[in-house]
Amino acid sequence: MAIPAAAWQGGERTGGRLALTGSWNAEHAAALEGVVAAALAKSTTAGPVAIECSALVGFDTLGAYLIHKLATGLGSGGHPVEIVGLTPAQRILLDEVSVTIRQPEARSELGNAYRILSDIGEGVVDAGRDVAGGVSFFGSVVIALGRLFTGRTRLRFPAVVAQLERVGLRSVPIIVLISFLVGAIISQQSVFQLRPYGTVQFVADLIGILSLRELAVLLTSIMIAGRSGSSFTAELGSMKMREEVDALETMGMDPIEVLVLPRLLALIIAMPLLTFLSAMASIGGGALVAMVYGGVSADVFFSRLQNAIALNTFLVGMIKAPFMALVIGITACIEGFAVRGSAESLGTHTTASVVKSIFMVIVVDGLFAMFFAAIDY
Amino acid sequence: MAERNGHDRDDDPPGTRQPGGTIIEVRDLAVGFGERLIMDGLDLDVRRGEILGVVGASGTGKSVLLRTIIGLIRQRRGQIRVFGHDMGTIGERRRRLIEQRWGILFQHGALFSSLTVKQNIQFPMREYLKLSEPLLDEMAMVKLHLVGLKPEAAERYPSELSGGMIKRAALARALALDPEIVFLDEPTSGLDPIGAADFDELIATLQKTLGLTVFMVTHDLDSLAGICDRIAALGDGKVLHEGTIDEMKQQRHPWLQAYFNGPRARASHVHTRSRGA
Repeated sequence: MAIPAAAWQGGERTGGRLALTGSWNAEHAAALEGVVAAALAKSTTAGPVAIECSALVGFDTLGAYLIHKLATGLGSGGHPVEIVGLTPAQRILLDEVSVTIRQPEARSELGNAYRILSDIGEGVVDAGRDVAGGVSFFGSVVIALGRLFTGRTRLRFPAVVAQLERVGLRSVPIIVLISFLVGAIISQQSVFQLRPYGTVQFVADLIGILSLRELAVLLTSIMIAGRSGSSFTAELGSMKMREEVDALETMGMDPIEVLVLPRLLALIIAMPLLTFLSAMASIGGGALVAMVYGGVSADVFFSRLQNAIALNTFLVGMIKAPFMALVIGITACIEGFAVRGSAESLGTHTTASVVKSIFMVIVVDGLFAMFFAAIDY
Repeated sequence: MAERNGHDRDDDPPGTRQPGGTIIEVRDLAVGFGERLIMDGLDLDVRRGEILGVVGASGTGKSVLLRTIIGLIRQRRGQIRVFGHDMGTIGERRRRLIEQRWGILFQHGALFSSLTVKQNIQFPMREYLKLSEPLLDEMAMVKLHLVGLKPEAAERYPSELSGGMIKRAALARALALDPEIVFLDEPTSGLDPIGAADFDELIATLQKTLGLTVFMVTHDLDSLAGICDRIAALGDGKVLHEGTIDEMKQQRHPWLQAYFNGPRARASHVHTRSRGA
C-alpha cells in the first residue's frame, strides 16, 4: 500500500491546496505523524486552505483523526479550512472522530524530597490504620465468638470441619517433612560443633529443647502462614471482588460469623496439633542424624532427652500455637476483606497477608520469649 | 512484536473484499467437550458489512461458535475461513495478523482490571501501532468519544464503572485497531432497555461509519429486530435457519415459532419495526 504524504500546491500568500495521498490508516501510523507535523510546519499560507483528499487510498479512524487535527491546526490562524474530495462514508467517519481533545491539565511536578516525605507520611498513616483495623477486626471476631458462646448464633460445624481438613490434615505431610529435615540439619551442625569438646551426647538436650520451645511452633506458623493464610486471603478477596460478601450481608448474615469464624477456629484447633507433629518430627530427624552421623546410641539419646526436657518445655511451645493461629488467621482475613476490584489488588493483598503474618508471628514469639523469661518458666 | 503490514490484506482472495462478499465461512463444523457434541455439521456464512445476529436456546452453543471462530476453542472437524484464509492451516504469524483485524467484546467486558480505561484501549495500539505518546492519548480519547463515553471515564478503573460503561469501554478496546469484524457476545445483556437501545444504535452507527462487519450473539429481540441485517438461529448442533427477521417468523420450527412469535416478541415491536425505517 501507498506511503502517505501531504504536498502543498499553489500560491503561498493567497491560500493553498494541500493534497493528501497514500493510505492514511493505522498501518502507516508512525509515518503519518511526521507527515502531519511537516505539513503544519511548512504551512506558509495566509489565506483559506483546501485539503484535497480524493487521492486517498486508505482511511480509518486514525487517518480521519489526523486529518481533523491537520485542519484544526491550519485553521488556528483564523482562515477557513475546507476538506474536499471525501466519499460520503469517509465524511461520516471524519465527523464521528472530530472531537477536540481536551488536554488533561498537567500535574504539578513535585520535588523528590517532597515525594519521599509524603511516602514516609503515607507509610506511617497506613501502619496506624493497619493497627486500628486489626484491633477493630479482632473486636468483631470477639463479638462473634461471644454470640457463639451465648448461643445467639450457631457454630457452622461442617464449615469448621471442612476447613480443619484443609488447613490441618492436608498440611501434615509438608510440615512433618520440613520439620524432620530441619531437625536433621540442626542435629548435624550440633554434632559437628560439639565433637571437639567430646560432648556429642548433648545434642539430645539441644534438639529437644529447641524443637519443643521454638522450632516446631515457628516452622509450623511460617508454613501455615504461607499455605493457609495466603489461601484465606485469596478466597475472601475473590469473594469480595465478585460481591459474594455483599450478598451474604444482604441475606442478614455476618461475613465474620460465616467466613471468618470457621477458618479461625479451624486454625486454632489445627495449629497445636501440627506444632506437636512438627516437634516430634524434628526430634525424630535430630535423633536419626545423632545416631547415624554422631554415633550417639539411641539409649543415650533418649535418656539425655528425658533428663533435658520437662513438661514445661513442651507446654511453652504448645501454649504459643493457638496465639500464632489467631495472628495468622486475623491477618489473612483482614487482608482478604481489604481487596478491591482489580486482579492486581488481590495479588498485593495476598503477598501482604503472608509477609505480615510471618512478621507478626516472629514478633509474638519474641514477646512470649520475654514473658517466659520474666516468669522464669 | 508483530509488524502490522498491508500485504496481508492484499493476500485476501478478491471475493472477500467487496461489500457482500463472504468474510467468514464456516463449513461442516463439529465442536464438542468430552462425550458431548455441541455442534455437528454446522454451516454459516457472514458477509462483509452486515450485522449478523446469532440466536439459540441456552446451551445450543452460540458463545461456543463465537469462541471457535476466534480460535479459543478447537473444532473436532470442519473448516473455518476468515477473510478467505483457512484458520486451521494458517501459520502462527499469519494468524496474529488476522487477529489484529477483528475485535471482540466479551460478555462481561473482560477489561484488564489493573489498567485504567484509557490504558485498556491503548493496550492493543501500544502493541501493534507505532504511535507517539501524545497521539496514543488522543486516539484513546477519540475511541472513547466514538463509543459515547465521557472523557472523565478515561482515568477510571473497570471496577469503578457501571455495567453499561464497562460494555462501552470494552467496545472501545475492541475497536482500538480499527478492526474489520467485531464479535459481540451478548452486548446488551445486563443493560436497561434504554441503555440497550442506545448500545444497539451505537453498534449500527459504528457499522455504518467504520464499515464494520458485526457478528453478534444475542438474546435481545429488540436488537435482532432493530439492527440485525440477518439472523442465524442455532439448534440441534446446526443452523436451523438463517434469514431476515420476517423470514424467521415464517418458519414452522417450533422453537423458532416460540421465539419469534412468542409474547415477548410481540411486545418488542418485532412485527412493526424494520431496519432503517
